[in-house]
Amino acid sequence: MAWNWHRPLEAKGITFSVLTFLAVAIGGLILLIPPYFLQGTIEPIDGVRPYSALELEGRDLYMREGCINCHSQMIRPFKTETDRYGPFSMGGEGVYDRPFMYGSRRTGPDLARVGGKYPDSWHWIHFLNPQEIEPRSNMPDYAFLAERALDLSLTSRKLAVLRGLGHPYSEADVEGAAAAAITQAEQVVASIRKDRIELSDVQTRSEMIALIAYMQRLGTDIEWRKAAAAPASSPRTASAAAPESASDAGATP
Amino acid sequence: MSATVTPAPYDMAVVRGFALSTLVWGIVGMAVGLLAALQLVWPELNLPPYLSFGRIRPLHTNAVIFGFTLGAVFTGSYYGVQRLCRVRMFSDTLSRINLWGWNAIIVAAAVTLLLGKSTTKEYAELEWPIDIAIAVVWVVYAVNFFGTIARRREKGMYVALWFWIATVLTIAMLHIFNSLAIPVSMWKSYSIYAGIHDANIQWWYGHNAVGFLLTTPILGLMYYFLPKQANRPIYSHRLSIVHFWSLIFLYMWAGPHHLIYSPLPDWAQTLGTSFSIMLILPSWGGMLNGLLTLRGAWDKLRTDPILKMMVVGITFYGMSTFEGPMMALKTVNSLSHFTNWTIGHVHSGSLGWVALTCFASLYYMIPRLWHTTLYSVRLAEAHFWVATLGLVLYVTSMWISGVTQGLMWRAVNPDGSLAYTFIETVDAIRVYDMIRAAGGAVFLLGALLMFYNVICTIRQGSAEAPAPELQPLAAVPVAGGK
Repeated sequence: MAWNWHRPLEAKGITFSVLTFLAVAIGGLILLIPPYFLQGTIEPIDGVRPYSALELEGRDLYMREGCINCHSQMIRPFKTETDRYGPFSMGGEGVYDRPFMYGSRRTGPDLARVGGKYPDSWHWIHFLNPQEIEPRSNMPDYAFLAERALDLSLTSRKLAVLRGLGHPYSEADVEGAAAAAITQAEQVVASIRKDRIELSDVQTRSEMIALIAYMQRLGTDIEWRKAAAAPASSPRTASAAAPESASDAGATP
Repeated sequence: MSATVTPAPYDMAVVRGFALSTLVWGIVGMAVGLLAALQLVWPELNLPPYLSFGRIRPLHTNAVIFGFTLGAVFTGSYYGVQRLCRVRMFSDTLSRINLWGWNAIIVAAAVTLLLGKSTTKEYAELEWPIDIAIAVVWVVYAVNFFGTIARRREKGMYVALWFWIATVLTIAMLHIFNSLAIPVSMWKSYSIYAGIHDANIQWWYGHNAVGFLLTTPILGLMYYFLPKQANRPIYSHRLSIVHFWSLIFLYMWAGPHHLIYSPLPDWAQTLGTSFSIMLILPSWGGMLNGLLTLRGAWDKLRTDPILKMMVVGITFYGMSTFEGPMMALKTVNSLSHFTNWTIGHVHSGSLGWVALTCFASLYYMIPRLWHTTLYSVRLAEAHFWVATLGLVLYVTSMWISGVTQGLMWRAVNPDGSLAYTFIETVDAIRVYDMIRAAGGAVFLLGALLMFYNVICTIRQGSAEAPAPELQPLAAVPVAGGK
């Protein structure tokens, strides 16, 4: 059964290893390099903007807690997916996602367009105790996020690093990152309090606020929800449903 | 390869160290996996912040891939490369750095993942300081491995070495390019890739981590330990050549099948699907070369639990390398993606093929490493049956679970509206999640039986060789065709 032509190669360690490396390198070169240069790989989308300082901190918390292990952020182009979650995901929407956040398993629902679906107060209640909104949910509670102060000491540096990678933050955005995060957090807090939820001082400066800001940002770079929602309210401050009736929203697809 | 060998003092201390760390990380990783499985059924088992599912799951995958599987690969390759080259390892110092450095990395991984330091890129979750440490230790392994090959006293390189060579080179490339990131602080960094470019490189990495951590080095174990245990030469040298080169070449193109129906360009998705289908041939080439090596020795399966594990492992390799290409088809993927079918598929490969082959290789090596015989063949036999039962429970429940949820997600009423809310699809698979957890628990029980067996074996043996440490190669050549 022996093929003698291959025997000399088996005796040459370096040649064999070089050929092996070439064999494995080709596929990667052809799959990974051209997408950077081919027209149409990513169609730019107007309105796609980098995350605000608070949303970025929220996203980093989403990474820290491993939310991606149960929630995808990638809506496929099927009617049953777009009916359930909203318009399918587009490459142009992910240009500020480092890393990408598609995920690979939907233990919970897709979150690519969860922004604006529920009021901030719904998220607050849901993160404190998911089973209060949906008794059959198998999501862990994240109540501890409401008691942990949001750390803004690295926010400026985070924006500076991303600016270096090409995200269009201005000098002022970078320097004022922490202050901007606090301002946006106050808006989220006001929106939660409007729904008659008591927040302690600690809670108003908690990590939970940043995570909610990130949730509300997701998928809102294209204005698809406006057609269905009340025309005057922007998604970030929308509170169409009181928390008492929000449990109903949790059961809708 | 001749039957007489010049005695050479092989370094078996590093092999013994890796054998033990492999078993420990295997049990830790599987136990953490069991906890994660139970958390999906009973969310109150989440103990936030450190022990919630989102932090536990990457700990499970990292422990079983990098602690257990790669540990077994280090064990088997350090054992095999010295014998196949008939020379001691290139450097004992590098071997020690490899052993202790790698285990320190796994400890650091476990601690940082529980603390939430994660890049979220699957199987590449570790933050940049640990990534650098991995690269350094991997280079240490590579220098040691290639240095040994360079000083070999056997002219030809046996097929197991080919697969380990491919592993060493490819993993270095994958790890370095996928992990490139700009640090913000000690434990935070941002990927230099964004969006679909990041997705593209991540699944180039992720798929080929499956290819070059869970496939090629395990094939190396198969090619070394199966002929040894069966006392038969490899069935076909020609088949080894064909399937080696085609496998390593084709594997690298299949990554985009993880991104079907994503915003990744269609041409890349189609390439991924096409190469996935082509991969059936070299994969089955390896399976057939393994199974047919047993021709004339099938009777040994009646009494030898190590061979049983190897054969069931190779069979699961064949099954999961057929299932994978099917799931890479767009129509099938539209149903299977994001469901438990994927998890079932991974475990049919990782429990069936990888873990059983690693167990079998360790059962072969451990009595020889401690100069004794296996404490209990009956316990090993029990391990085989327990593992197989757990495996079947796990894989079948996940198939049913995945197909059920996939069908419910796409089900529509006569008027075209969605038939089920998301939570109804969560509720529907709860019972299968319970069966999966039971299957995982049974599989873990098997690993615990093995651990007990190994400890008893070590106690009755001795690391010091009564005779020279080298044991002559079996009289039967391990390579066919000469």
